[in-house]
Amino acid sequence: MSPTLIAQIVILLFVFFMLLNSAAIMVYVERKVAALLQQRFGPYLTGPHGLLQPLADVIKLMFKEELRPKAADAFLFTLAPVISVTAAFAAFAVVPFGASTTFFGLLDHPIPLQVADVNVAVLVIFAITSMGVYGIVLSGWSSNSKYALLGGLRSSAQMISYELSYGMALGAVLLLGNSLSLTELVNGQAGYWFHVIPRWFVFLQPVGFVIFMIAGIAETNRAPFDFPEAEQELVAGYHTEYSSMRFAMFFMAEYINMVTVSAVATDLFLGGWHGPFLPASLGWIWFLVKVGALLFFYVWMRWTLPRYRYDQLMSFGWKVLLPIAALNLLVTAAGVIYFGA
Amino acid sequence: MPDQILFYLLGGLAVVASVLVIGQRNPIHSVLLLIASFAGLSGLYVLLQAPFVAVIQIIIYAGAIMVLFLFVVMLLNVGREDTDVDEQSPVFVHRVSMRVGALLAGLLVVELVWALASAGTLGGVFGPMSQAPPAVTSVRTIGHALFTDYAFAFEVTSILILVAMVGAVVLARREAK
Repeated sequence: MSPTLIAQIVILLFVFFMLLNSAAIMVYVERKVAALLQQRFGPYLTGPHGLLQPLADVIKLMFKEELRPKAADAFLFTLAPVISVTAAFAAFAVVPFGASTTFFGLLDHPIPLQVADVNVAVLVIFAITSMGVYGIVLSGWSSNSKYALLGGLRSSAQMISYELSYGMALGAVLLLGNSLSLTELVNGQAGYWFHVIPRWFVFLQPVGFVIFMIAGIAETNRAPFDFPEAEQELVAGYHTEYSSMRFAMFFMAEYINMVTVSAVATDLFLGGWHGPFLPASLGWIWFLVKVGALLFFYVWMRWTLPRYRYDQLMSFGWKVLLPIAALNLLVTAAGVIYFGA
Repeated sequence: MPDQILFYLLGGLAVVASVLVIGQRNPIHSVLLLIASFAGLSGLYVLLQAPFVAVIQIIIYAGAIMVLFLFVVMLLNVGREDTDVDEQSPVFVHRVSMRVGALLAGLLVVELVWALASAGTLGGVFGPMSQAPPAVTSVRTIGHALFTDYAFAFEVTSILILVAMVGAVVLARREAK
């Protein structure tokens, strides 16, 4: 085995391990931030400052009984959470999280810090996330329960509606970066304007960034767009009938999707691993800081804004967000042609 | 060699899944098998050095159109089909429809065999394999071809889709009273 291959396997296992942990960490962060916003302490008893709470949650979930409704479609009922979590993990495979490195001179030539360097990476992410919706839709249908079915239906309608705006916000960035490869897009954001402002696409695409974040929240089914699991109307939505680890897989998928959307937003709009003060080899620290900030924003939104009404969500998506996204794309295209960027 | 193994695996997946689509009693299972078939096709595009087409196949067909299919099937709550033949209808009606179906299927098989057989030797419908156009790999080439050589077809297709959209809106819209 060549050193490059070993390094790539190490990166792969590292990404897998980190994503697995990010779900646990995000559960803790979510509870702590919620507590902060509601002026309580949050989990405090398990370990110092409740740090072992996620571990306790995982152990509890593992030892719960796996329940399945008698009339459920057994095969699809089992398959649905697997689809969700697989799509969530797979999407991160093409996301670069640091500059090319030789691992302190261990390798002959530098390799990129990502699992797979695909030249149509942006589209691959888009394709895999659109597969993730099947997990939710199928869980809703196969449970043979009306609450789960309504949750699944809402989710599919919501994701179809917001995927368009999401794609158009992406399209504007692709025009600016003149590439479909995430690595090239990030490298297109290196340097500064007037030695002060970093050349991040967020400054050229403020509207696109806002659209991307809103659509990202809707795509990951987070509050204030968490209709698939609206408690007051649908008990727990698509995962009403799930328990134990199958239930945990849906939750893992939700948190990993959040991480992926934040990481993609960081690469596309916030300059990825480029930032001041740190040498290029430590760029991944900047990447982590930016992703962390976006994840905090996600949690912050959830505990600040109340849930929309379903018809508001639909009319907002189609009548406000989509026209703005289309206009943004058009103006960007015109600008790229005019300035020859 | 690994390419050939992959080709037979993916092609097999696409064919077997497509055949199973029409063999299902439950429409939801049919939709899922169709997605599996699209996934196989997408893999074949990757083998043909066309990753862009492969990804677009997944995004458009598996990601958008099939979600809509699934949505409609779930929304209309289409149940299992328990009998092949509607017992209530007059016997001769389904006999006739079955014969027409068999005739069309036979015609399709003949066409396929003719096309495949002539593709290798006579030049066939798409020209001999050796003279096949070079694989269109980059997004730039596809975009360029689409907006120069095939601009007319492209625009006509978009007008067609627009007409279909307007039609759907008109049909779905209820007159305000």
